[in-house]
Amino acid sequence: MAFLRRSPRTVAPVPTSSRRTANDLRVGETATVCCLKDPEMALKLLEMGCIPGTQVRLAGRAPLGDPLMLVLGDEEYTLSLRVSEATTIQLKA
Amino acid sequence: MQETPTAPRPTTLPPSNRPAADPHLPRLALIGNPNSGKTSLFNQLTGLNQKVGNFPGVTVDRKTGMAQLGGQRRAEIIDLPGTYSLYPKSLDEQVIADLLYNPDAADYPDFVVVTVDASNLRRSLLLFSQLADLGLPAILALNMTDLAAERGIQIDLPALERELGVPVVPMNARKGVGVAALRIVMAERLAAPPALRFWEPEGDLLPLVRQIRYYFNLHNDYLALHYAHQFRGLRFLSDDDRAYLLELTEKYKFDSTARQAEETIGRYARINELLLEVVTVTRTEQREPASNKIDKVLTHRVFGYLIFLGILFLLFQAIFAWAQYPMDLIDQGVANFNELLQNNFSGPLVRLLTEGVIAGLGGVLIFIPQIALLFAFLAVLEETGYMARVTFLMDKLMRPFGLSGKSVVPLISGLACAVPAIMGARTIESWKDRMLTIFVTPLMSCSARIPVYTVLVALVVPDESWLGIFNMRGLVLMGLYLLGLVSALVSAFALKKILKARERSYFIMEFPVYRWPRWKNVGLTIVEKVKAFIFQAGKVIVAISVLLWVLASYGPGNRQAQAEAQVQQQAAAQRWPAAETERQVASARLETSYAGTFGHVIEPVIRPLGFDWKVGIALLTSFAAREVFVGTMSTIYSVGQDADLGTVQQKLANEKDINGQPFFTPVRALSLLVFYVFAMQCMSTLAVTYRETKSWRWPLGQLVYMTGLAYAASLLVWQVWG
Ligand SMILES: Nc1nc2c(ncn2[C@@H]2O[C@H](COP(=O)(O)OP(=O)(O)O)[C@@H](O)[C@H]2O)c(=O)[nH]1
Repeated sequence: MAFLRRSPRTVAPVPTSSRRTANDLRVGETATVCCLKDPEMALKLLEMGCIPGTQVRLAGRAPLGDPLMLVLGDEEYTLSLRVSEATTIQLKA
Repeated sequence: MQETPTAPRPTTLPPSNRPAADPHLPRLALIGNPNSGKTSLFNQLTGLNQKVGNFPGVTVDRKTGMAQLGGQRRAEIIDLPGTYSLYPKSLDEQVIADLLYNPDAADYPDFVVVTVDASNLRRSLLLFSQLADLGLPAILALNMTDLAAERGIQIDLPALERELGVPVVPMNARKGVGVAALRIVMAERLAAPPALRFWEPEGDLLPLVRQIRYYFNLHNDYLALHYAHQFRGLRFLSDDDRAYLLELTEKYKFDSTARQAEETIGRYARINELLLEVVTVTRTEQREPASNKIDKVLTHRVFGYLIFLGILFLLFQAIFAWAQYPMDLIDQGVANFNELLQNNFSGPLVRLLTEGVIAGLGGVLIFIPQIALLFAFLAVLEETGYMARVTFLMDKLMRPFGLSGKSVVPLISGLACAVPAIMGARTIESWKDRMLTIFVTPLMSCSARIPVYTVLVALVVPDESWLGIFNMRGLVLMGLYLLGLVSALVSAFALKKILKARERSYFIMEFPVYRWPRWKNVGLTIVEKVKAFIFQAGKVIVAISVLLWVLASYGPGNRQAQAEAQVQQQAAAQRWPAAETERQVASARLETSYAGTFGHVIEPVIRPLGFDWKVGIALLTSFAAREVFVGTMSTIYSVGQDADLGTVQQKLANEKDINGQPFFTPVRALSLLVFYVFAMQCMSTLAVTYRETKSWRWPLGQLVYMTGLAYAASLLVWQVWG
């Protein structure tokens, strides 16, 4: 969390543990990214366009529940990521 | 969007001011996000005129090509690995830093061509913005304009050009639209250092950055910042440089991860401002993209796996059945050529050429159909975007074994041949996953084991059915394949515990939308892989074959001559027909050759497995390549060279042990079979593992581990049941 505190754009107002994450989305549900929990994973996510403030939609899950497919933003491109990675994406309430 | 070449802007010199003949060929690097059309553009610009080498010190392929720019003008292009940013996340991406951060490097590019996906401009511009801030002269190849138009994205090209200060060339690399314009822009050398700064180190970063900048005499703050972030990975820095940077970053408490995140967010903010000015989106009616509909079927919990199985079946069909015709042709061709030589010339040199060099070469060439077919298949699956879905479907299943979804394709390809399969493991970004995959792939039963399996299984397993449906031989054969698969998974599991990952493993990737494959790209992939195989692995196979031939043809002292004389005497006394004499002579010579001697030497070692010195020779020669097993057995058991399998089998069946009982009992055959399931007996695989891992540790590890496993398994079989 260290880096998030430094940058005013991404300060998390609520204790992070209680937040919903991308893994909690129902299939087809859309939400807005609030912040990214794991600093290193955050770099990767940011570079791939998963920025705080973007919309994400859970497009589906693999038959065994993991990994999942997230559709990002209005540009409509799909990321595939593991549950462990998706849980680092926290959503706005 | 129009496809007209962009007019030269006042920021660049008009072409006439430049020297007409350049002292050196302009060199440019092609860089862009994965799936931004970089490969398509590279192929468009260079055609077949490409070379694949290695970046120094790493396994990453270094593709270079010559682009014809019209008239006499040409440019050398380096294709860099696809990446989302200049901060490397994988070893592949590291080569970008090595190339771009060292202006003194031999192949430092004069300018970069950045492929940018117009339908996903925000994210593509992130990489461009970093390159821009490094001050590299650039051309922006605005690709996928067709997709952008489809989605109602309009880009104000003049405004974008004005803002960025570099030439922007709209294109569709798939169809080749805009490539001519890009050639002109490249030929006129209009690439310009970008005018716009997206993000610059400031505030408390400046003291650190300035110090680095002056120490290394760099032209740019942002480049200096990258030294601070990446000095550990930069190959061109000396140890002293690194120590200096380490000291500095510690002194300033430089937190690389946090700074990168800050920078990336800052860049997106600037990019968003830019996009507000140059992009307008008129929403076309919101219909669900076709890709999503296809995904509903292809990743369905039932159909998804069924379709995958179907595709696998087709793949096997191709590799086992279809490849057989060209393989037979090659085999026949090499044999005919050899015969031609042998009939017209004689002498030890000719024998070395025919039995050593050409036979070895034949062993290389024969794999070409399978390799070509396998890679054609993989290329189509990759090009259409299906491969990403396979990864998605299989990831959870593979993870308990320390492998990832991305290991599935190499493992499956390993059933055909471990050589292309190991090359296919390149798509795995995580170092640990990739090494595990490479290490265990040869345990999958490859097609070279098929002749061994068929001969031995047919020898001891009756051709009967079990429960009236299953053919016994088929069942045993399947059991052998399963044994290979299980051992691969278990080995991966064990190795996972031992291996320390040097980098964090990510699974996250972008799902490409489904597309129709471009056949030209498929063709280029095939040519590239086949070439790599012939020149890299081929050298080793031929060398080993020659060595083996020498070992099997010559013996210590005059023992061979003595043995031959003895056989001749016997033949004269018993009036053998000439053909029989010839076979017996060959057999006697082999027994007294270096290889035969070696067979006798290792006999004590392999006797606990139930093998004798003859099998020992077959094992020894099999270490170059398993497919020589049948040939060696037929030579040793003095069957004529051109015997078909049936007669080898008869000879093996007729072989008696000292008590006059058949030598190949079911248990002995099983012991040998198990040995072949596990043992690492393929020079090509070792050579390619070395090439892919750039370290002898891995191929040696495979050799020792797999052969040890084979020995232990055979020992178990023979000691328990023999
Ligand atoms: N519609 C469209 N597809 C393209 C264009 N350029 C490339 N492609 C396709 O995009 C996919 C990825 O392209 P590729 O060149 O392999 O991208 P790379 O990963 O950056 O090397 C391929 O299926 C191409 O045929 C384009 O301008 N328009």
